[in-house]
Amino acid sequence: MANKRIDEATGTQTVGHEWDGIEELDTPMPRWWLWTFYITIVFAVGYVIAYPAVPMFHKGTEGVLGWSSRGQLAHEMDEHQAALKPMLAAIGAVPVEKLPDNTALMRAAVTGGRAAFKVNCVQCHGAGAAGSKGYPNLNDDDWLWGGDLKAIEYTITHGARQPGDAQTHQSQMPAFGTGILTSAQIDQVASHVLSLSGKARDNAAGAQLFAQNCAVCHGAAGTGNRTVGAPNLADAIWLYGGTRDDIAAQVTNPRHGAMPAWGGRLDPVTIKMLAAYVHSLGGGEDFVEVAPAAKTDAAP
Amino acid sequence: MRHPDTIDVSFYEKHKTVHNKRIDGPFRRFKWLIMAVTLAIYYGTPWIRWDRGPYAPNQAVLVDLAHRRFYMFGIEIWPQEFYFVAGLLIMAGIGLFLVTSAVGRAWCGYSCPQTVWTDLYQHVDRFIDGDRNARMRLDAAPWGPKKIARRALKWTIYLVIGFWTGGAWIMYFADAPTLTHDFWTGHAVAAAYITVAVLTATTFILGGFMREQVCIYMCPWPRIQSAMMDEKSLTVTYKDWRGEPRGSFKKAQKDPKAFGDCIDCNMCVAVCPTGIDIREGPQIGCITCALCIDACDKVMGEIGRPRGLIDYITLEDAEREKAGGAPRPAWKALLRPRTVAYFTVWGAIGLAMLFALGNRSHTALSAAPDRNPPYMLMSDGSVRNSYTLKLRNMESRPRQLRIALGGLPGATMWSDEIGREDASRALKTGVPADSTASLRVYVIAPPNTPGQEFEFDVTSLDEQVEMAETTTHFSAPGDE
Repeated sequence: MANKRIDEATGTQTVGHEWDGIEELDTPMPRWWLWTFYITIVFAVGYVIAYPAVPMFHKGTEGVLGWSSRGQLAHEMDEHQAALKPMLAAIGAVPVEKLPDNTALMRAAVTGGRAAFKVNCVQCHGAGAAGSKGYPNLNDDDWLWGGDLKAIEYTITHGARQPGDAQTHQSQMPAFGTGILTSAQIDQVASHVLSLSGKARDNAAGAQLFAQNCAVCHGAAGTGNRTVGAPNLADAIWLYGGTRDDIAAQVTNPRHGAMPAWGGRLDPVTIKMLAAYVHSLGGGEDFVEVAPAAKTDAAP
Repeated sequence: MRHPDTIDVSFYEKHKTVHNKRIDGPFRRFKWLIMAVTLAIYYGTPWIRWDRGPYAPNQAVLVDLAHRRFYMFGIEIWPQEFYFVAGLLIMAGIGLFLVTSAVGRAWCGYSCPQTVWTDLYQHVDRFIDGDRNARMRLDAAPWGPKKIARRALKWTIYLVIGFWTGGAWIMYFADAPTLTHDFWTGHAVAAAYITVAVLTATTFILGGFMREQVCIYMCPWPRIQSAMMDEKSLTVTYKDWRGEPRGSFKKAQKDPKAFGDCIDCNMCVAVCPTGIDIREGPQIGCITCALCIDACDKVMGEIGRPRGLIDYITLEDAEREKAGGAPRPAWKALLRPRTVAYFTVWGAIGLAMLFALGNRSHTALSAAPDRNPPYMLMSDGSVRNSYTLKLRNMESRPRQLRIALGGLPGATMWSDEIGREDASRALKTGVPADSTASLRVYVIAPPNTPGQEFEFDVTSLDEQVEMAETTTHFSAPGDE
């Protein structure tokens, strides 16, 4: 540092470093720059006092203003919920089957239902509500327990085969493979079932077995019965598959899907919105005031 | 030469205020005209009304950012048609090329906003403080009550002009009368106040104080222009072969042979709004406003010499005249291959845009098939696909549209407006004025229909009978 000297051309002192004849002037920082720097220091001190800043062992300092990003999110969520309140109240005040009379309300309900569906229903029914084997497709026009708004709301509220809910949909198909029918007879029944939708030639033995064992629930023509949740066997839609093997397996030892009763988990308005959304997917049926017993779909 | 060790290191040239002298002449009058026209356009355009019917704003020129519409008299531009605006900008660019290659920096000299507002502010200076000499005296005078009062008055006028300029800018983005009312009653959006504040400040500073500094140090355009001008471009030139050696009128009268036409009266420097001496040759500070031509012509007239010692001339012609060639009329410099080529391109883009504007459809349709699930098997075996149709109506009135299926034999459709029981191959729907409507459509085809392409055709049910179509896919089992 012995080489500090005054630079002749500028009159400024050098810092004393020299490399191949190149020296550096010890020019002071511009005043505006220094002041900006000092102000940032003051600002930083104020910031650390006012806002969460210093990490400690378990949690950071909280700051005297009490602000947190999580708190802000909660606040914004509350505001959003408060803004939704009048609309939710309006939906809550209307019976679900009357929702379509009010286009704006129905649209709001469908939107709300879509959001609730993404959270609660897609795990089984899929993001597009198309279901999969064993999980009903909600886009089509085949309904086990009815497809009008009120029936859908009922199914969502009480579920299917839910212990603890007295009003849950209950149906139990006997396991015909455990001593009721032989496997040859089950094959014949399966052939008859396929013939109902024109996929196989009919056989008399199968038809007779069907009339004796199956028609009581599924109907003589196999068109099902919604009051007992018996599926329509004469249409193109199969919950557990439509091949001969699938049908035989289901007759031998039937599977029974279960659906939670959402009545205890979701509030009635959310359920109403879910019903509106499911109904809007394209297969919803019109609500008829006095529901006819076991409305059946015409087979093709 | 100074010794390198004692070189005066300064990259900053101290600002010298330009006090340009008042001058009258053809170019000054042309500048007045351009100033009046450009300022009238800028301040007045938002107040022109244009009847578009009950569903659209009635302001002739409006950039409606909130609704994403751009209105310009009979033309309405949607965001997806922004290429029209891009085309206009390209035309503006090529227009500048054209002007620059023909008449040099005419843009800088006459119609650049910086020039126009600087000119306006210099007239304010002259109005308040008097002409060049009075202003220079006032500048040099010590601060006293009179000087403070003069400055306060002048800067207040600067501020009013700046505020008016900023205020006019925001009128292009909202209904002018409504916005004016909202602005003064404190109900306008914050962006309006901020924009006015910023533009008031920039006008005040750039027009009131920085002036020629903007042209010389900040603006990229002079640099670009020097690359676009060539020896065939008109530019303001001092004819040194005629003027030099310069000498005072008295000396020149005594010995006419020893002196040129320039009597070194300094008028060309005094009137220059950027404070340069044109006699030093073409330079970046020259905005070619030609006020020095007016000044010199006047002096030449007074001393009985021909006009045009300083004049618009191309470098090529300057060389020829210098060598004793006959002067060529300036207008001949305008017509040459380069300017013709620029004009052709400029005109072609303009015509193409006019053609595109005249032929664009005011109805459009797009179809987005549902992807999850792609198709739906119904209980009778038929196959249903769902689509979200976007129907665009660019007319300023509600319209009825008819949507029909093209192809897909045996298929019918219904929508969220009509029930499945009314399904058919064509349905009607209304689209509000000047908007895009969304419609959910369910298309159902008989059992065993294979996956295939088909069309949605839309026809407007009015006297225009506009048509649009879109091809989309119908998914079916086995299609994946």
